[in-house]
Amino acid sequence: MSVQSWTFVLVAASFTLYIGIAIWSRATSTKDFYIAGAGVSPLANGMATAADWMSAASFISMAGLISFMGYDGAVYLMGWTGGYVLLALLLAPYLRKFGAFTVPDFVGDRYYSQTARIVAVVCAIFISFTYVAGQMRGVGVVFSRFLEVDVETGVYIGMAIVFFYAVLGGMKGITYTQVAQYCVLIFAYLVPAIFLSLLITGNPVPQLGFGDVDQASGISLLERLNGLHQELGFSEYTSGTKSRLDVFFITAALMVGTAGLPHVIIRFYTVPRVRDARLSVGWALVFIALLYTTAPAVAVFARTNLINSVSEVPYAQVPEWFTTWEGTGLLSFEDLNGDGRIQFVGPDASTANELTVDPDIIVLANPEIAGLPNWVIGLVAAGGLAAALSTAAGLLLVVSSAVSHDLLKRSIMPEITERGELVAARISAGAAVLVAGYLGINPPGFVAQVVAFAFGLAAASFFPVIILGIFSKRTTREGAILGMVSGITLTAAYIAYFTLIHPELNNADNWWFGISPQGIGTVGMLLNFAITLTVSQFTPEPPPEVQQLVEMIRVPKGAGAVHEISA
Amino acid sequence: MSEQPSQGSAGYGPDSSTRARATEYWRRNIRYVGMLLVVWFVVSYGFGIIAVEPLDTVTVPGTGFPLGFWFAQQGAIYVFVALIFVYVFLMNRLDREFDLQEEDDV
Repeated sequence: MSVQSWTFVLVAASFTLYIGIAIWSRATSTKDFYIAGAGVSPLANGMATAADWMSAASFISMAGLISFMGYDGAVYLMGWTGGYVLLALLLAPYLRKFGAFTVPDFVGDRYYSQTARIVAVVCAIFISFTYVAGQMRGVGVVFSRFLEVDVETGVYIGMAIVFFYAVLGGMKGITYTQVAQYCVLIFAYLVPAIFLSLLITGNPVPQLGFGDVDQASGISLLERLNGLHQELGFSEYTSGTKSRLDVFFITAALMVGTAGLPHVIIRFYTVPRVRDARLSVGWALVFIALLYTTAPAVAVFARTNLINSVSEVPYAQVPEWFTTWEGTGLLSFEDLNGDGRIQFVGPDASTANELTVDPDIIVLANPEIAGLPNWVIGLVAAGGLAAALSTAAGLLLVVSSAVSHDLLKRSIMPEITERGELVAARISAGAAVLVAGYLGINPPGFVAQVVAFAFGLAAASFFPVIILGIFSKRTTREGAILGMVSGITLTAAYIAYFTLIHPELNNADNWWFGISPQGIGTVGMLLNFAITLTVSQFTPEPPPEVQQLVEMIRVPKGAGAVHEISA
Repeated sequence: MSEQPSQGSAGYGPDSSTRARATEYWRRNIRYVGMLLVVWFVVSYGFGIIAVEPLDTVTVPGTGFPLGFWFAQQGAIYVFVALIFVYVFLMNRLDREFDLQEEDDV
């Protein structure tokens, strides 16, 4: 069977599975719709969290980025996993004990303030929409490359699927669909990685394979790759080029941003008990680590294969995948010295580089570059779609609950009935899908930059306020609001200045202390902590019932009872 | 918080001895969290970023990995997973010791 037929069969089979699960797990109450009835087992929730968290960026882009960044790729690997330690130790158990439906719920109640609640709603909606636009775009790209439909048609198909299970099933439908999507995406990621590892090193475990001996040259694969890099004028693969300080700040911003993202946090409301919340973060990280420890191996295999298959090859004899990807515009060759051969070289080389490769194609093109069977290529397409759709659904639920629960039920019309709220939740989920689809078809020209916003904002707004809300009884409403607003403002202004207003100045010479816009969220977070703590010292302490609430969330006993009544 | 009668349902009565136990429970929790976060910081920011160059002069035995590079791209992640499970174990033990564990039939 051809690549296209395999892709069609595998994508259609996985979509049928998702729709079947959605019909089986319809939501019948707001508790079902927002938090899956708080009845999800820690293992299933861990898997769903992993699929929720790992987006098109993790599945499609990350290994490609690492293969171009070498050591510096560690910012993504550590940054996007280390945040789970913070979640398990500092956030998840307490938020589960608190027993709310949304993140603004916690902020509004802990800080006894509608203003704080509304600030949190605005942050949650903004973070989620910037993120979701990229996911819908990812769906469109996979469809257009592998099934040869328009990007727009691809986005419509994706919207229809998400609409179906998010609107019908809410969190319950999303959770069990995400479990299936995790299985699809991890299988699709591991199969080509194992093939590549066997081909290059003979070791079936990719995590060990990329530290093993390269069968073609007889020396260690990393040594061989460093050698190739030196020959071609790239910097050494295992050393990287960013400043240590910038690596430090970017890693911290991604870690803290992860722990502050609302669609990740609400997943820990869905388990029955506090200890399940702790355990469930552990399972989530196990499932995430399976992909995240494989990614750097894929990066090394892909980098070696790419160099070996294009460097100094006559353009007339390029392999078929080269021509296919040239057609998408994501790969381009310009014969600057007119010798008819491809010079793929780095900044330190004596000749000019003639090949431009978009890092996003690495994972998708990898199986073709290595000449793997057609079904593996189709599988990668299905996996990319699973990653994008599962994240999109989780984000849309945050938007829907922010509108129907935080804005309607808790702010504008508190007398709304359970039925009315459920209808409102479905309508806002449907509307959110339409907005996301629109953004996917007409992406703002700066999608990549706004995704950096999402992390920076989450790090600089939610994280300090939630932590202090739990660990310091003395933190006041005034402190939290001023802290959130100043953290967001600093981070947003710095990112906007360097990416939207003066992109030409966006280099290490102009950055504060060499901290890139990607890492500024860490500074915003520190500012938020400093301001919240200082202002809290000079404002009246929180009312006694709020202090009792903080004492209550610090001990696990009684989480079940709270839920019985709050639902 | 009007519709969530969660205030005061901390699993403790108002008398001072149970309050003292709650304070002790929280103190122990903070100590565990502190210890684990030190490890978290050392393996990622310490070994993976600050000390990466000196560590890279050593190769992980039996492989081609420079040690600092390995921590940054593999080792730190394994340690993160282990830290969470250690915390789960410590806290389950602490909950039992202070009789704060949740009912099984939720």
